[in-house]
Amino acid sequence: MTDRAFSVVRAGALTTVQDLGRPGHAHLGVPRAGALDAPAHRLANRLAGNPGSAATLETTLTGCALRVRTATTVAVTGAPCPVTVDGHPAPWGAPVRVPAGAVLDAGPATHGLRSYLAFAGGIATEPVLGSRAADLLSGLGPDPLTEGAVLPLGDPHGPPATADAVPHPGPVTELLLPFLPGPRDDWFTEAGLRTLVTGRFRVSPAGNRIGLHTEGPPLERARAGELPSEGMPLGALQVPPNGLPVLFLHDHPTTGGYPVVGVVPERFLAPAAQATPGTPVRFLRMR
Amino acid sequence: MKPLPVGEHGLLIELDSAEEVEALHAELLRRAADGALPPLREIVPAARTVFLDGLADPRGLLAELATWDIPPLTAGDRPTVRIPVRYDGPDLADVAALWGVTPEEVVRLHSATEFHVAFCGFAPGFGYLTGLPEPLHVPRRDTPRTKVPVGSVALAGPYTGVYPRSSPGGWQLIGTTDTVLWDPRREPAALLVPGTRVRFVPQETA
Repeated sequence: MTDRAFSVVRAGALTTVQDLGRPGHAHLGVPRAGALDAPAHRLANRLAGNPGSAATLETTLTGCALRVRTATTVAVTGAPCPVTVDGHPAPWGAPVRVPAGAVLDAGPATHGLRSYLAFAGGIATEPVLGSRAADLLSGLGPDPLTEGAVLPLGDPHGPPATADAVPHPGPVTELLLPFLPGPRDDWFTEAGLRTLVTGRFRVSPAGNRIGLHTEGPPLERARAGELPSEGMPLGALQVPPNGLPVLFLHDHPTTGGYPVVGVVPERFLAPAAQATPGTPVRFLRMR
Repeated sequence: MKPLPVGEHGLLIELDSAEEVEALHAELLRRAADGALPPLREIVPAARTVFLDGLADPRGLLAELATWDIPPLTAGDRPTVRIPVRYDGPDLADVAALWGVTPEEVVRLHSATEFHVAFCGFAPGFGYLTGLPEPLHVPRRDTPRTKVPVGSVALAGPYTGVYPRSSPGGWQLIGTTDTVLWDPRREPAALLVPGTRVRFVPQETA
């Protein structure tokens, strides 16, 4: 094993390797996967001197701690959290030089859900179908981090970025999800469609990388039953028999038989990665 | 052909039959190979639809689609994969009862059928295989199994499938194969891609 590596001291609730995912394989049943908060993932990479495609760590709520084997530049973005190096405070949202043998700790999120840790050179686990992303639906890519695991790092690409102001995301106090209706909005009654845009929904604790589940008033269906399986996009608002919309995130199944009432464009999905359970959700019809 | 918009960059094209889905899918792949399709991210055939995603201008493609002359598919167009099977599944007797035949006759009928991969989903490398005539369609099991072994050959509704890895599942298990359906280190990773013809070849049970 090369010296360019880190070992896991504290894995956190769920920490996975992510990049920009493996699009183009949906016809084989392979989800896209990749960082749920793509802008935060790209920013972490830029601060660490990497291209946006380099693999980072995505944490969930409780952060993680790692011991680096060689001196490495690291940047933490996404959900803001206390960052320390061997117990000494270090900046969030900026390149941090971590000496060989030191422990980098990204603490619990002060708000939001998922922090991103980029390492100069990126995480160099073996790619599967062109991506290093962990896909929790189908089990492709590296397993979630466990204590004691050792992950290799690549060679640094270039100097870390300097001096740009880094936006500090505020808490998501209300998750606004603009959507385009269809393809199966005709499976719902007028009242059901009105419920979607007027109902008081909240983020359910049942969510994961596959989908953000909601709690609220059920959408009234115009037709019972299921569709023959059909292709499902990222951002689909799929409505299972309980009538409560599920927003499909990056590990979503590529086909499904429950009707999709609308689709949230990809550019609006990053806040969904940071909305904690209980956050109010508002669906905004775009046309 | 009924097109439905999917978000800003997608199109779901609904068709009247599985045959039309297969013909449109083949035409899309032909045009993609010739560089005659605009750039797109996904082409996902399913039971009655083809889903296209990642299009800069879905309306533009839609207008073009309407002018296409799509030839029906002929059997000789696609490769055939042969999958050796031990017909030793725990639901073989139940399927025989549902079909009203002996287990031996299930083996004969199933292995005499030419299947094709209508679409993939559920798990990487899992193909939904059509070909069984309607009287031989069977329901899912009332109680799904928490663990179906890798390589299980199974039936549900109009479909036959082979589990590419061990997973929960509610299909009726009629046999087992050692053929590797999914190997990300192999090119192509999936043995069964949409359109592939499949024949199951009975093997002696050990």
